[in-house]
Amino acid sequence: MSAPTREPLTGTLIFERGAPESRCVESPALDVPDVSLSDVLSGRQRTEPPVLPHVTEVEIARHYERLASANFGVDSGFYPLGSCTMKYNPKIDEWACRLPGFAGLHPYQPPATVQGALELMWELQEALAEIAGLPAVTLQPAAGAHGELTGLLAIRAYHTANGDPRARVLVPDSAHGTNPATVAMCGYEVVQVPSDERGGVDVAALNTLLDTDVAAIMLTNPNTLGLFDENILEITAAVHAVGALAYCDGANLNAILGKSRPGDMGFDALHINLHKTFATPHGGGGPGSGPVAVSDALAPYLPGPVVARAADGVFSLVTPERSIGRVRSFVGNFGVLVRAYAYIRAVGGSGLTEVAEQAVLSANYLKELLRDVWPLPYDRVCKHEFVLSGGRMRKQTGVRTLDVAKRLLDYGIHPPTIYFPLIVEEALMIEPTETESKETLDRFAGVLRTIAAEAAEDAGLLQGAPYSTPVRRLDEAAAVKRPDLAWVPPEGAPG
Amino acid sequence: MRFIPVTCEEQAEMLRVVGADTVDDLFVDVPAAARLGRPLALPDPLGEVELAAHLEDLASADSHAGSVVSLLGGGCYDHYVPAIVDAVVSKPAFFTAYTPYQPEVSQGTLQAVYEYQSMICALTGMDVANASMYDGASAFAEAALMAARVTRRHQVVVSAAVHPEWRETLATYVGAGVLDILTCPMSDGVTDAAALRDLVDDRTAAVLAASPTFYGALDDLEALAGIAHDAGALLVAGTNPILLGVLEPPAAYGADIVVGEGQPLGNPQSFGGPGLGIFACRQEHLRQMPGRVAGRTTDVDGRTGFVLTFSTREQHIRREKATSNICSNHALNALAAGVYLSAVGREGLAGIGRACVAKAHYLESRLVETGRFERVFSAPFAHEFALRYTGDVAVMQARLLERGFFAGLDLGRFRAEDVGRVLFAVTEKRTRAQLDRFVAEVNAL
Repeated sequence: MSAPTREPLTGTLIFERGAPESRCVESPALDVPDVSLSDVLSGRQRTEPPVLPHVTEVEIARHYERLASANFGVDSGFYPLGSCTMKYNPKIDEWACRLPGFAGLHPYQPPATVQGALELMWELQEALAEIAGLPAVTLQPAAGAHGELTGLLAIRAYHTANGDPRARVLVPDSAHGTNPATVAMCGYEVVQVPSDERGGVDVAALNTLLDTDVAAIMLTNPNTLGLFDENILEITAAVHAVGALAYCDGANLNAILGKSRPGDMGFDALHINLHKTFATPHGGGGPGSGPVAVSDALAPYLPGPVVARAADGVFSLVTPERSIGRVRSFVGNFGVLVRAYAYIRAVGGSGLTEVAEQAVLSANYLKELLRDVWPLPYDRVCKHEFVLSGGRMRKQTGVRTLDVAKRLLDYGIHPPTIYFPLIVEEALMIEPTETESKETLDRFAGVLRTIAAEAAEDAGLLQGAPYSTPVRRLDEAAAVKRPDLAWVPPEGAPG
Repeated sequence: MRFIPVTCEEQAEMLRVVGADTVDDLFVDVPAAARLGRPLALPDPLGEVELAAHLEDLASADSHAGSVVSLLGGGCYDHYVPAIVDAVVSKPAFFTAYTPYQPEVSQGTLQAVYEYQSMICALTGMDVANASMYDGASAFAEAALMAARVTRRHQVVVSAAVHPEWRETLATYVGAGVLDILTCPMSDGVTDAAALRDLVDDRTAAVLAASPTFYGALDDLEALAGIAHDAGALLVAGTNPILLGVLEPPAAYGADIVVGEGQPLGNPQSFGGPGLGIFACRQEHLRQMPGRVAGRTTDVDGRTGFVLTFSTREQHIRREKATSNICSNHALNALAAGVYLSAVGREGLAGIGRACVAKAHYLESRLVETGRFERVFSAPFAHEFALRYTGDVAVMQARLLERGFFAGLDLGRFRAEDVGRVLFAVTEKRTRAQLDRFVAEVNAL
């Protein structure tokens, strides 16, 4: 007798479900005179209908429930993805953004009819300015990289307005890939700055690279090694001494909330990832939100509109006088702003400081539990995350960091960020966040130690992992060699 | 509220393991002058009950599409969102997941992205679509940059009939001098094709236009494509995806890159964001496309699976040589669009498009009949149209707001030539009773 089998969770497309007569939501009955589409559209009407699914609601519900079952989110389990701050996303925030007075707003409604929304945005601008230590904030950018583009274009406009256009932007070798990509989009040349043996910016090297043709430096602090740059004041002073500005990639802001502010470190601009530090969900890739906070000198260049509050307490949308222009339509990812505002009010000022303290304590705790198994290339107190090297394991056992990551999946844990930053061999970048219990951290450390033991005994076990996931390792080379990026109906299928 | 499960006792134990006396010992690497040294000047924490009340207070200060009958469009629309859409996007395994970099535990997201891409290809007629951009405006700007890479040219010609916020976003994106922009004037609410012919030459990377235009008019994309292609340039076509059940797909007109604002497909208006940017192109230009893309492949056991692919275009691999700096996209909104298109299906989408068009044409005729509005354009339109108001637009809108209507968009706020003109959008949600009441209120002005 053959064993009972389950239908795989994934693989069958929504197009392959249902039947030609299946319907879910039908268009409303027409209560005005019908029109001849060919007449009113002057012959530009569609003649062949688009090939969309034919399904009933129950089929949709089951289809996506199966897909969801094949996914892993923060609610599924531990997600120590370095540099991504996969903290818990509070449910009250999801409720809040769906309130009709938020979700049902049109961006061109008269300002008098959106005072609640504008007040929320203004309060959020003020809160982010206080957290950043920088006075002016735009909420318009849709993501961190979009914030980088905004900040760097503002810096460019500032130099241009001063009659001092510059050609280069400095980026450390430990930077996120978005930093050099943004620099290129802004028409600047990227110059890489090496890291020193303590994991910070090599100040001597920096000084040789700084001159009056440098427009800015883009730094992440704490950096992608999870290390606070101890020379940060010296670095920003040296940058300012040649007339350049300092841009902070705020991806790692969670580590320093209420402890240290980028503005006080000498940064002129900062983007903030609301989808990291302020607990808004990542959505399987987005939407995020990347507000930018800047100094007084850069404030006139921010994209408009920003929210202003008049003396009588009335809120309005205004465009800064020398604005670089919009970076997108409308006011920003408002639904994400609502969630972030709700989070900030929930935890409050004291709670944000506690967030940073616990995130840092949890990271240092995990680092202590793991450092004897994986070498720690930079051995000092870390902030919200730390980076281990799988180089020794690879040499001794042939097991790569990728294999360790895949094996973690069999234990029901999402792997850390791997192979980043690029300056650490076989890197494992671990960020526990403050929302994980000690029990979870202890179990994770125990699992990693078990995996290290497995690697020593049976490298093949790890190299074949995972075994228990909805699918196993996928053929990425074939995906490129024979691109299949969209479903097309089989020949002769019923239309 | 507090979202930290570690207890005080456990904190003490963790500090002992770390070898620190206090948590401040873990911040010794922060120079004294860079320490805040005081509490953040922010309000105290709120409990969930108090927080919910505060948020409801803020939201209830707003009028919204549920309390006022909306005839507003201009890139964001009050369409019906089927209940199944929010039921799906509210599943934590979707909305609390990260970008699917570990495909073995991300098949849900990846398959949903692949299905979304397939539906966008079906709607637009294009070969490939990416997993989404931020919005229509940023997709439009990225399309111009992509056209420059494809053609190795550095000038684009943009139609003045395109949404002003899309054009402004394009100007910002290329503001660093990476591209030159020429603007083609409009005529009758659409691109002036004769003027375009004079602007396009062998330096032109792309002609950028949209149909419907910002004014709701249907542009002659086929003619624009001909002008672009004759000069070796690409046609970037903006579209409104919810109309593609009734409008000919942009590929049929010869579009090379299709972009659009995807909000109408199952996403709430949400004050203009997050919606999603639709981005589709021809297979031959795939390697110049920005953004993530999912592909279908197989696993080691031969099972069908999905992965992010062609990643060598992207910033995390190529850094300054990437096709764009985009990392986060609008995956959850693309999921909503996919569920929406599944729920309405091909007949539903056509029916919704027909309802929007019929209701818009009904309202347009009735408004012109009042004698208080006049036609300004003769070009055909779908579900959005511009009329000139014979009196003061602001006064009219304020009066009609008191009567429970958002009476269209005052076009004068965007362009001096458009003072006195009002843009109306009509979706399938508007009933004849609402439209008749609106016309009666206009008559009573």
